[in-house]
Amino acid sequence: MSVRSKFRRIPVVGQVEPSTYVVYVGFLLIFAAFAVLLRDEGFLTVSNLLNIVQETTPVTVMAIGMVFVLSAGEIDLSIGSVVAIAALLAAVVMRAHNWTLGVAAGLGAGAVVGLINGALVAYARLPSFLVTLATMGLLAGVARRMTNLQSVPVIDTTFTSLFGSGSLFGIPSLVLWTALAVSLGHYVYRETPFGARLLATGDNPRAARAAGIKVDRLRLKVLILGSTCAALAGLLYLGRIQSARYTLGETDLLTVIAAAVVGGTRLDGGTGTVLGALIGSLLMGMLNNGLILMGLAVSEQMVVRGFIILVAIVLTLREPHRAP
Amino acid sequence: MNTTPALSLRNIHKSFDGIVAVEDLSLDVKRGEIVALVGDNGAGKSTVVKIVAGVHQPSSGQIRLAGELVHFIDPSRSQAKGIQVVYQDLALAESQPVYMNLFLGREKTKGRFGKLDRAGMIAETEELMRELNVHIPSAKSTIRKLSGGQRQAVAIARATHWATNLVLMDEPTAALGVTETSKVEDIITGLKARNLAILIVSHSLDQVFHLSDHICVLRRGKQICVAQTKQTDKNEIVSMITGLKASSR
Repeated sequence: MSVRSKFRRIPVVGQVEPSTYVVYVGFLLIFAAFAVLLRDEGFLTVSNLLNIVQETTPVTVMAIGMVFVLSAGEIDLSIGSVVAIAALLAAVVMRAHNWTLGVAAGLGAGAVVGLINGALVAYARLPSFLVTLATMGLLAGVARRMTNLQSVPVIDTTFTSLFGSGSLFGIPSLVLWTALAVSLGHYVYRETPFGARLLATGDNPRAARAAGIKVDRLRLKVLILGSTCAALAGLLYLGRIQSARYTLGETDLLTVIAAAVVGGTRLDGGTGTVLGALIGSLLMGMLNNGLILMGLAVSEQMVVRGFIILVAIVLTLREPHRAP
Repeated sequence: MNTTPALSLRNIHKSFDGIVAVEDLSLDVKRGEIVALVGDNGAGKSTVVKIVAGVHQPSSGQIRLAGELVHFIDPSRSQAKGIQVVYQDLALAESQPVYMNLFLGREKTKGRFGKLDRAGMIAETEELMRELNVHIPSAKSTIRKLSGGQRQAVAIARATHWATNLVLMDEPTAALGVTETSKVEDIITGLKARNLAILIVSHSLDQVFHLSDHICVLRRGKQICVAQTKQTDKNEIVSMITGLKASSR
């Protein structure tokens, strides 16, 4: 018998390598540490845990988009600016029109930005790092100009309940959004030809092209997807905070990349997991939450968080990915 | 019995910006036959492969597949006609499992939502590997975990799986060690039984004599001869490659 299975297959997660366990183990360890250390500060209460999930929902949604973008061998640095643009545009449209129009405008803005980024990457053959670095700055400026730095409140209760404070059968809507994004993202990433092809493209674009995959169109699609996820994240911020500002999403880029990478997605493409990104994102949210409950100063929080991310990345990426 | 060659090249000429790469090449490859293209560096071997694969278009001349005149404007057209290429530098996605590489771009799906049929692809991969006598740890192994010989075996298996007419091989063992080369050669020999036509470029004369039925010698783009492997020897081929002996054709 020449073919035999040597690798363990874990249900749902699929075939995983030891280095991808790290985030799950790390997550549980930190969770356990907080549960013990902060037992009197209310860390382990249902409301606090649900709060962590809700606070991280926009980052989770963006991290899932980022898993797709990174896996295809690209990166999108403009997502933070897209969050602000989508939220502002949606809020402005909702002042005069139905909330559905606002949602469509917000998501549409994300898709258009992704289309521009993607076209420059796929057809003008420019590196996505530089293209999105430029659009990140450009769009941050646009976001400031849109309302002259003013914040725009949203009072439509259907919208704020659907995208923020509402709940269904007692489950907060942001938790449902997380579940929806993760299950949909996981399915498309793991179970469809699109997912398989984007992994192959990130892995070896020449091989992908030789196999008949339309590599350029795939890069375009994946950047539109990533940017639209960022726009959805903008709407989720808008629903929760009930007001759009140009500062929304400003500091999210690095958190999103850290969540994806700590979760086991390679920066150089070809490998990733959506569930890992969820855990990575929850890990970031849990750190925020726990360190605040511990009463650390902001400067101390930054140091501890940076250190933990560094350890996680070292553990995740230790195994050489491919020959130099 | 059908004696029309699977691949028939007639008076193929190719020049790049006035520089002649291939001059008046005519060659037949029949099903169940291995034809070797040999020649020194720059003799035009790889150009011939790329022309048949549709990467380059001939400046003049005809390509026929089973008698049918074809013009390939890009590689997807030659693939659609049942031609597959095995490259020297392993066109595989290294972080993906063997079975995904085998089905890359032609994934099997099931159900209404286009769900990947992993079990189906794995089963088909395992069956193909058994048929071709390819030894790999598992159809689920990632390519990165395989040796160079195993990787090339996977690439050949993939080409075999999708080729219905012709497999082109451009230096398939150039990157491999001795033992691995001989394993890959065994696999290539096994392909004859699958009634495919095989055109192989190689600089190893040992390999050429071991594998091929006919040898086509190129020198500086010119076709020097097409010899039956059994009726020639290495010295004769070497002298034709280096130009010490003129064409007998």
